[in-house]
Amino acid sequence: MAKAHVYKRDHVNTDEIIPARYLNTDDAVELAKHCMEDLDTDFVRKAKPGDVIVCGDDFGCGSSREHAVWAIQGAKVGAVIAHSFARIFYRNCINCGFYPIELPGALDKIRDGDELNIDYKDGTIENKTQKTKIKFMPLPDFALNIVRDGGLLEHIKKQK
Amino acid sequence: MGMTITEKIMARAAGRTSVKAGELVNANVDMIMCHDVTTPPAISMLREHGVDNVFDPEKIVVTPDHFQPAKDIKSAELHKRLDSWAKEKNLPYYYKLGRAGVCHALLPEQGHIRPGEVIVGGDSHTCTYGAFAAFSTGIGSTDLAAAIATGVLWFKVPASMKFVLNGSLGKGVYSKDVILEVIRRIGTDGALYRAMEFVGPALKEMTMEARMTITNMAIEAGGKNGIVGFDQTTKAYLSGRLKGKTDYTVFESDANAPYVHEDTIDCSKLEPMVAFPHLPSNGKAVGECKGLAMDQAYIGSCTNGRIEDLRIAASILKGRQVKIRTIVVPATPVIWKQAVDEGLAEIFYDAGCVFSAPTCGACLGGFMGILAAGEKCISTTNRNFVGRMGSPKSEVYLASPATAAAAAVEGKLADCRNYL
Ligand code: SF4
Repeated sequence: MAKAHVYKRDHVNTDEIIPARYLNTDDAVELAKHCMEDLDTDFVRKAKPGDVIVCGDDFGCGSSREHAVWAIQGAKVGAVIAHSFARIFYRNCINCGFYPIELPGALDKIRDGDELNIDYKDGTIENKTQKTKIKFMPLPDFALNIVRDGGLLEHIKKQK
Repeated sequence: MGMTITEKIMARAAGRTSVKAGELVNANVDMIMCHDVTTPPAISMLREHGVDNVFDPEKIVVTPDHFQPAKDIKSAELHKRLDSWAKEKNLPYYYKLGRAGVCHALLPEQGHIRPGEVIVGGDSHTCTYGAFAAFSTGIGSTDLAAAIATGVLWFKVPASMKFVLNGSLGKGVYSKDVILEVIRRIGTDGALYRAMEFVGPALKEMTMEARMTITNMAIEAGGKNGIVGFDQTTKAYLSGRLKGKTDYTVFESDANAPYVHEDTIDCSKLEPMVAFPHLPSNGKAVGECKGLAMDQAYIGSCTNGRIEDLRIAASILKGRQVKIRTIVVPATPVIWKQAVDEGLAEIFYDAGCVFSAPTCGACLGGFMGILAAGEKCISTTNRNFVGRMGSPKSEVYLASPATAAAAAVEGKLADCRNYL
């Protein structure tokens, strides 16, 4: 069961997700140890595989470092749900085969610790704790195809 | 309906006569910037996927900058991977240590940026090159890998916002203050997914260096690209400088081009600005915040580490002593040499500053000027997020080189106009 880790914050930036002091490596396992470190030093300890990060506007703003997505994937985070995403981070997620869930009002609908069940096909989040069903806008088809293929490079290879 | 300069460049690169904001296009990429943090992973991805080719070696510029000279063993490994790839692929524009510099200062200076082109780079501040009437945007490592191998990337054509810079900048007020004011007004996601086009008489008066400071920070408002039209200043800067292809196409926005937002800034009314922690949008006029004690001043980066910036800082530091740790970092070797030849290096030495070799270094909290918990730094860089220059408990205040130099002299936030 996926648990929500809610940060009532806008503009959670790539420096908080993976600080530059760890950018001297691109090893996902190494990066995962420091996932979200400058926002919440306890995150890695608390998060179980499949858990979900929930934030406000402009998640992932700042640097183009894909290391931010690798750190999140490496930490086995199941999904990131945010009111909105910064452009490069959003694109990096798709390119890495990681589905970014855009959900305006997420912070009103999901509380810290809520148990969630996400159905990507239907574009619904079942909030088991609150006993609600929340719809989200599914990714546009071209992006969905990239995510389904497991990322941009796999996608390009398949098309050849 | 006409088209904006951004739309025209995207249309040209997509082989179309016209495009509209919101459309998805496959665009040919004209230039790719590669540095030491995001490129080594891109190289590894290409190898893993068995598509280890370079679509056009002439269209790739490589410079280590973030952790150069290597700050530790791990970054040395990154440099080694970058170096052996650049050599193996025989890339003609590989700037090795000694000629390497902060990417966004180096590429224009070395003549790799042409108007009308589509430029991408594995770095968010790639938007800097829009100062040259080009479409330029930052991408991650996977996109970078795809661009290196295929020369093609998909883009959503961004809607454009227009910023009219009216009037004239007063004494002690610079392009950095203008862009901090723009970001203060619209917020750090005010231009999300959009093109930020800058026009107006105050912009026309600016040098290319000053314009680059503005487009550099488009990403700090969430912008996809920042862009400035072509004029005589652009032409003069490019003349005799371009490497490889020396011709280029000039596009300009139609009079009836669509804009989703228009804003006018009266530059004559601006004051020197300081953006408070932890967002570039937290700008305050220096008059409101004078006197706040600082621990360090940092003058450098792709935003304000060019020769013009060092000259401004030196004019304030000349014959004075700094009260706090002050680190001056020319962005490229050419700027470093100019600063030495013009006697600026001596001024910095006499004032008690560190005058370092070109590197991104402390700008991103890498090395060469990291902050301890509780410390405050006045910095000419572009980002003041939590932990950006060191401890998550340190604070970064963004300002122009003049404001940073004045703060260095007083050891606290100060009005640079008292020194000019
Ligand atoms: S100087 Fe700073 S902002 Fe510019 S490219 Fe280097 S790390 Fe990035």
